Amino acid sequence: MLLWKIARRLLAIAGLVLLGGLLSATLVRFAPGFDTDERQLDPTLSADSVRALVESRSHEHNVLRFYLSYLKGALHGELGVSHALGQPVQKLLRDRWPVTLRVVGVGLLLAWLLAAALACIASLWQRAPGELLGTALSGAFLCIPAAVLALLSVILNTPGYLAVAFIVFPKTYRYTRNLLAKAYTLPHITAARAKGLGEARILAWHVFPVVAPQMAALAGISVSIALGASIPVESLCGLPGIGQLAWQAALARDLPLLVNVTVLVTLVTLLANSGADVIVHMLRSREA
Amino acid sequence: MSAARKLACAVLVAVCVGSLAADWLAPAGYAKQFREAPSAPPSRQHLLGTDEIGRDRFARVLYGTRISLLLAPAAALLSTVLAALVGGLAGYLGGIWIRLATALTDLFLSLPWLFLLITVRALLPLNVSPLFSVLITFLILGVLGWAASARVLSTSACSLRSSDFVLQARASGLHGARLFFVHVLPNLKPVLYAQFWISIPVFILSEANLGILGLGVAEPMPSWGSLLRELEGLISFRDEPWRLVPLFLLIVVMTSFQQVLSKEEVAA
Repeated sequence: MLLWKIARRLLAIAGLVLLGGLLSATLVRFAPGFDTDERQLDPTLSADSVRALVESRSHEHNVLRFYLSYLKGALHGELGVSHALGQPVQKLLRDRWPVTLRVVGVGLLLAWLLAAALACIASLWQRAPGELLGTALSGAFLCIPAAVLALLSVILNTPGYLAVAFIVFPKTYRYTRNLLAKAYTLPHITAARAKGLGEARILAWHVFPVVAPQMAALAGISVSIALGASIPVESLCGLPGIGQLAWQAALARDLPLLVNVTVLVTLVTLLANSGADVIVHMLRSREA
Repeated sequence: MSAARKLACAVLVAVCVGSLAADWLAPAGYAKQFREAPSAPPSRQHLLGTDEIGRDRFARVLYGTRISLLLAPAAALLSTVLAALVGGLAGYLGGIWIRLATALTDLFLSLPWLFLLITVRALLPLNVSPLFSVLITFLILGVLGWAASARVLSTSACSLRSSDFVLQARASGLHGARLFFVHVLPNLKPVLYAQFWISIPVFILSEANLGILGLGVAEPMPSWGSLLRELEGLISFRDEPWRLVPLFLLIVVMTSFQQVLSKEEVAA
């Protein structure tokens, strides 16, 4: 039964990733200016060279044919060549992935640490400055666009992952805080308090196990938020990561590059959400 | 209504009225250049100074606020209608329709919102007239922003489908569109209303993100996004703090929206 569930989930992920790739390929194909190449305007190129340039992209005109040949190549590890950057997509992704991993990974870690710390402080000492600080900080960052946080990061000369952290933090904090507040109203917490258990012990042994499944689900969603935030952060902070690559690919109508980036982002988002679902399932079955 | 909510409503009304009265309050049009005073500091003539090409910043803030505050609700309305059609109808019809709607929303939600928005906007024409750029920007927000609302509406419509009053209406011979529009849709109103209100601040922020990246409303037309783009040239906050006014105004408006939305609405 479990194996069947996993197989169905994996099939759904594969289907969505393939659809996402096809959708982006269709969008790029029908985007204005798709068929133009700056090199066609180069007066030093002969008519034959210009014709050869045009023909080199003729296989991209039929979206389905392009997508099928892309999938065939992808199965053999060939992801095509970027028109805009003139490099194999595989190499571009390999070179830039570590930057995004650091920006998103460290950003997520900091956001979660700050959110969890403030939510715990606010729950343990209610009506204390902790609650006010958490609400004010999350409220303020919730009101600032991701791109402004990226710009502020440039002006203040702080690392890009801090901007990602402050983009993810407010959503994480508010959800965690609400979960904790709800968990503290449960009868077994009142009973534990009546028996004289300390607040820290109640949090660790009685509140955290209750909220853990929802927190795991939130972790999956926060990966998606952080990946989305990586585009303005990497583009404005000049960080050569996948977010900046997506931005460049979209502006240049670079079909092979954008399809690969979309497939990669969809895959990571879906895997993060599915991983979170598996953890939720494990936690709930252990509870039962 | 709490005092904070009343204050937030008052702030939103004041900002809306101020932006609608831009024609009377602003010392000049948003595109009028004072060529003798480029990058001027605040003065009696120019309350927030002028930008690099001599346009009055106060006028641009007023007109930009008007565009963002009028068109974000329009985009929210479009996305809510789409969500009601996709999610509401699928939830009401059930069976294969709900599975199709779930697959479609899954597809949209599998891509991070900012990634989807920025990529789609970058693929569309950038060298367009200011009015067309406004339409494209907010149309994209409306067309792409329905998925999360559709999921909520689909669940609500699904639960309504098996409710007593719908069963009774069915037993009385009511079917199809009439049952949906007369009995199901009016009962989805609170959810629709909540989704509409939640979408407005999300779309205001999204437009600001697009504007800062140069993908939003085209010059010379102002919007919060294009006004915030000016921060790109800021070296330090101390030199020209008045350039932070659009950001401050955005924070005030967004905070007010947060206060106006009750916890129940957000939960819905």
